[in-house]
Amino acid sequence: MSETIEERVLRVIAKTQRIPVETVTPQSSFEDLGIDSMDSINILFDLESEFDIEIDDEQARHIRYVHEMIDGVTKLLEAKEKASQQS
Amino acid sequence: MHRVAITGIGVISAVGLNRQEFWASLIAGKSGIGEYEQPEYGPIRFRNAAAIKGYEAEAHFPDKNVAFMDRFAQFSVIAAREAIDQAGIEWNDDLRERTAIITGSCIGGRIAEEVGYWNLFHLNKNRVHPLTIPLGMANSGASQISMEYGVHGPTFTFSTACSSSAHALGHAFWMVRSGAAPMAIAGGADAPIYFGNLKAWEAMRVVSPDTCRPFSRDRAGMILGEGASMLILEPLDVALARGARPIAEIVGFGMSSDASHITQPSAEGAARAIRGALKDGGIAPEQIGYINAHGTGTEANDKMEVAAIRAVFGAHAEKLPISSTKSMHGHTLGAAGAIEVSATAFTLQQGILPPTANFTQADPECDLDVVPNQARAESVEMALSSSFAFGGLNAVLALRAVR
Repeated sequence: MSETIEERVLRVIAKTQRIPVETVTPQSSFEDLGIDSMDSINILFDLESEFDIEIDDEQARHIRYVHEMIDGVTKLLEAKEKASQQS
Repeated sequence: MHRVAITGIGVISAVGLNRQEFWASLIAGKSGIGEYEQPEYGPIRFRNAAAIKGYEAEAHFPDKNVAFMDRFAQFSVIAAREAIDQAGIEWNDDLRERTAIITGSCIGGRIAEEVGYWNLFHLNKNRVHPLTIPLGMANSGASQISMEYGVHGPTFTFSTACSSSAHALGHAFWMVRSGAAPMAIAGGADAPIYFGNLKAWEAMRVVSPDTCRPFSRDRAGMILGEGASMLILEPLDVALARGARPIAEIVGFGMSSDASHITQPSAEGAARAIRGALKDGGIAPEQIGYINAHGTGTEANDKMEVAAIRAVFGAHAEKLPISSTKSMHGHTLGAAGAIEVSATAFTLQQGILPPTANFTQADPECDLDVVPNQARAESVEMALSSSFAFGGLNAVLALRAVR
């Protein structure tokens, strides 16, 4: 079975932060995980690579929880899917 | 111990190609921020920078030597020429033998490197330009100044990110104060507006999508700027004896390392450097009448800086105007310290505080007098210029008016 979007986001965060994936849940806050502003920029960069998406600064600025990242990535993937169907 | 005077200043920046244009723009609150020419290599998400307009290298360097200077090194030499000319230096053997040249540059000449990499990685060429190494060296500006004037004294370059030229000026000040050098040519230069570097700043997500609004509640980040400033430092008594007209004195220098985070600044670290500058100059906090702030316009810097100023100055902070001229000339990285010390020297000489431009809304976390949008006539006896670099490296200079 292939990984879900959520699982992929959790895996990317765990890998970037070098922490066990079991410790990362959708409910985790960045503060819980010790993610500071530079760490979060690294994570955004790795998520962009993982999903082949572009996350703009304004969207990213106020994110404080893992579930917000999952939601944001899901929305960008939906938009990407829609764009590819239209073209 | 000598008192140290600034007797010459040269500036080239987005708000003017020389010191007069620079200062006139600052007191008019005129910003040099606007759309820069988009690189041919690909798109950049942010559209604006503080780029120098109307600059033609050939007008300053008519001979083949121009090929030996990357953009930042050209700026270094142009600023040094203007400063040396203003100071009216009468060169003699001793001055040529012992004058120090101390510069700062964060980036150096990487435009040449970038062209080389494009050729190698993209165009599949098998060679780069033979001058890529000498063009790229961060010390090439200092070396070019030394060659142009035949100056053989201690010559070197600091690279401490956004504090580079503040460190350069501070050490030049100490060398002249102690008598280790009879004169110093010091300052900094950077030319950061090229594709690879713009991409790197884009990735850090700290560049504003429109303009630089330091201390404003709606601030959205920094704006990159290019430029240089060089200053002539010499003992005050020597300057007066030879009939030079000092612009201001440098009276103190402090530096510190945050030792905490590679990019997040620390108010304790900044406060430590400010206290260091006051102590070095034997200055009481209440004597400071103006601060040319680091004021990058990022969320993190500006509130940290205000907290540091409050920590050092206490109740006096309420009566202490500060402003960030980066709102006009942009963040010139390794040139920032020198450009802002020059602005501070003119502030003391002219009795006018340059404003923080583009200011729209007060921020409760930055609730000091930031001289919003309008210059203010105010005679100030002493002032600080602060630089707080990535890597947590801080450098602060204290200046005094010459009356």
